[in-house]
Amino acid sequence: MTSRAEWPLYEVFIRARSGLEHKHVGSVHAADARMAIEHARDVYTRRQEGVSIWVVRSVDIVASDPAEADALFEPARDKVYRHPTFYAIPDEVKNL
Amino acid sequence: MYTQGLDHSGPESSASHAEGASAALRFQARIDAEERIEPKDWMPEAYRQTLVRQISQHAHSEIVGMLPEGNWITRAPSLRRKAVLIAKVQDEGGHGMYLYSAAETLGVSREQMTSQLLAGAAKYSSIFNYPTPTWADVGAIGWLVDGAAIINQIPLCRCSYGPYARAMVRICKEESFHQRQGFEIMLALCRGTPAQQRMAQQALARWWWPSLMMFGPGDAESKHSAQSMRWKIKRFSNDELRQHFVDVTVPQADYLGLSVPDRELRWDATAGHYRFGEIDWSEFQNVLKGDGPCNRERMAARRRAHEEGQWVRDAALAHADKQRARATGRAA
Amino acid sequence: MPESTARLRCLLRLADTSLVLAQRLGEWVGHAPELEEDLGVANVALDLLGQARLFFAYASELEGLGRTEDDLAFARDTGEFLNLALVEQPNGDFGKTIVRQVLLDAFQLVLYEWLQRSSDARLAAIAAKSLKETRYHWRYSAGWLVRLGDGTEESHGRVQSALDELWRFTGELFAADEVDLALAASQIAPAPSELRAAWLAQVEPVLRDATLTRPPDVPYRWQGRCGEHSEHLGHLLAEMQYMHRAYPGASW
Repeated sequence: MTSRAEWPLYEVFIRARSGLEHKHVGSVHAADARMAIEHARDVYTRRQEGVSIWVVRSVDIVASDPAEADALFEPARDKVYRHPTFYAIPDEVKNL
Repeated sequence: MYTQGLDHSGPESSASHAEGASAALRFQARIDAEERIEPKDWMPEAYRQTLVRQISQHAHSEIVGMLPEGNWITRAPSLRRKAVLIAKVQDEGGHGMYLYSAAETLGVSREQMTSQLLAGAAKYSSIFNYPTPTWADVGAIGWLVDGAAIINQIPLCRCSYGPYARAMVRICKEESFHQRQGFEIMLALCRGTPAQQRMAQQALARWWWPSLMMFGPGDAESKHSAQSMRWKIKRFSNDELRQHFVDVTVPQADYLGLSVPDRELRWDATAGHYRFGEIDWSEFQNVLKGDGPCNRERMAARRRAHEEGQWVRDAALAHADKQRARATGRAA
Repeated sequence: MPESTARLRCLLRLADTSLVLAQRLGEWVGHAPELEEDLGVANVALDLLGQARLFFAYASELEGLGRTEDDLAFARDTGEFLNLALVEQPNGDFGKTIVRQVLLDAFQLVLYEWLQRSSDARLAAIAAKSLKETRYHWRYSAGWLVRLGDGTEESHGRVQSALDELWRFTGELFAADEVDLALAASQIAPAPSELRAAWLAQVEPVLRDATLTRPPDVPYRWQGRCGEHSEHLGHLLAEMQYMHRAYPGASW
C-alpha cells in the first residue's frame, strides 16, 4: 500500500451549553476547516452535547512541555496567598 | 479483550540505564498513586507500545464491528429497528474515531494504523469474524457482544492513560443503549412466532461461545497480563471479567426462555457463581490467525472501502490545496 | 380529485422519497471513503428516515385504515411507491451519491421552505423541523460536490459523468399532475413549476464553484411520483421488504 498524504488532524473543542467554556473532546481528520467542523459535529455532538464547535489544526497547538512542569507550575504551589483559604476572616463578617 | 493478539515479546523497558531506571520508578509511583499519564509525559517505551497496540486494536474492532451489523441495515424488519441500527452502527464508527484519536496522542497516525489493519498486520477482536446470517444475530450481538464489551470497558474508564480513559468514558455512556437495543430485539423475537423464537435460540447458540472467547485466554496463559495490571492498563483478569459476564447474562437468557448451549452450565450456590464448560481455545486461535468464518470478507470489505475511497480523499486534499493557493494569491 | 386523496398522495410522495433515499444511503455505512464520512452519511440517512416516519404517521391517520408506518413501508409494491425516480437510482461511486444528494437536497430545501407555510398545519410543522436537517444536508453535499468537482482531474471526470447521468431525473421534480393542482389550489403544497427557479438558484452556483457543466434538459419525464419507476426500485424494495414479507404478521 503506497503511502499518500492523509487528511490533517484537527483538535476539537465543544461548548456544551452557553455559559460554559469550550472543552477539548478529541480529534478528527479533515481535508479543510469547513469539513473539520462537519466531522466534529457528526462525531462529537450526536447527543446534543454542543452549541459551539472550535476546530484547530493539531500542528497549531502550542503546548507546555511536561518536562518543564516544575518550572512552570511549582512556583504557584507555595504562593498560597492567591487562595482565599489563606486569609482568616472572622465569621461575623459577611460577604467576604 | 483488545489485547487478544498482543505479543509482549521483545525487551521490556531497558532499566539497565540508571536514568531510565529512576524515571521508570517515578513513572510507576505516579501509576500507583492513580495519577493519569497524559500525552508527552515521560513513559516507558513498552508502556507506550502496549497502549498503541491495545488502543488501535480496540479502534479496529469498532470499525470492523460496523460490518456484521451494517449487513442488516437495508433489511431491518421495521422502520424503528432500521433507525436504531443505523444509529448504533454510526456510534460504533464514532467509537473507533475516539479510540484512533486517543492512539494518535501516542505518536502513531491514523494512516499508519489503517495500513497495518488492511495489511493484516494488526489484530481486532475475534468476535467480528462471525457472520450475521439472520436478524436474530443482530440482537445477539447487541445483547452478548456489547454486553461483554461493557464489562470490559467500565474498568478501562479508570485506566492510567488519560486519553484512553476519557475515550472509554464517552464510549461507556453510549454503549448501554447498544446492549439494550440488542436485548429488546431478542425479547421481541422470544415473544413472537415459533419461527422467531427458533431464530433467537439459534443465534444464541452461534454467539455464546465466541462471546466468552472475547475476554481472551485464561490468566494462566497470559504472563503479559501482569505487566498491564501493574501499569493499570488492565484492571481485572480475563477470567474475572468472563465470570462476571456469565453470571449476569445467564439470568437474562433464562428470562428470554432461551437455553445457553453449555451442558455443563450450572449454578454453584456455595461460590455464588455459574460454573461453565471448557472453551475451545483452538477455535479462538484459528480465528485470531485469520481462519475464522468471515476474516477474509471483513478485510476485503475494509480494503475495498479504502481503495475505492482513495480518489475521494485525494480530491478533498487537492481542493484544499487549490483554496490555499487562491487565498495566498489574493493576499499577494 | 377529492382534497383528502390529493393530500394523502402528497404525504406518500414526501415519505417515499425520503425513505428510498435513506435506504440508498444506508448501503454506504461501513463502506464510505473515510470513517468520518460513514458518520456523515449515516447522519443524513437517519434524518431522512425520521422525516419519512413523520410523513407516514400523518398519512396513516388521514387514511384511517389502521395501516402502520411499517405496513406502508414494507407491504406496498413498486407501483404504489410514489418517490421521485431520482432517489431510487443506485449509489454508484461516492461522487454519484453526492450528485444525487445535491440535486435532492436543493429540492427539499425549496420545497420544505414553501411547505412551512402550508395551509395544512401538521405538514407545515413537519416541514419546519425537516428544513433544519435539510440545511445541514445541503451544506454537507454541496461542500463535497465542490471538492470533487474542483479537486483532481479524476474526481472532476467522475462527478461530471454522474451529473450527466442523473440530470434527466430532475425534470420530474417540477412536473405537475392533478394532485399538485388540487394541493396548490388549497395552498397545501406548491405548484411544482413554482419551485424550479429557486431550485436552479441553489444548484447553479454550486455547479459553477464545482467547475461542472450543467447538462441540457431532456424531454422524457420520469413519473416515480405516479408509481412509474425504473427497474431499480424493484430490487431495492425486495431487499428492504424481505423480512416483513417472509414473516407476515410478525412483530419485531
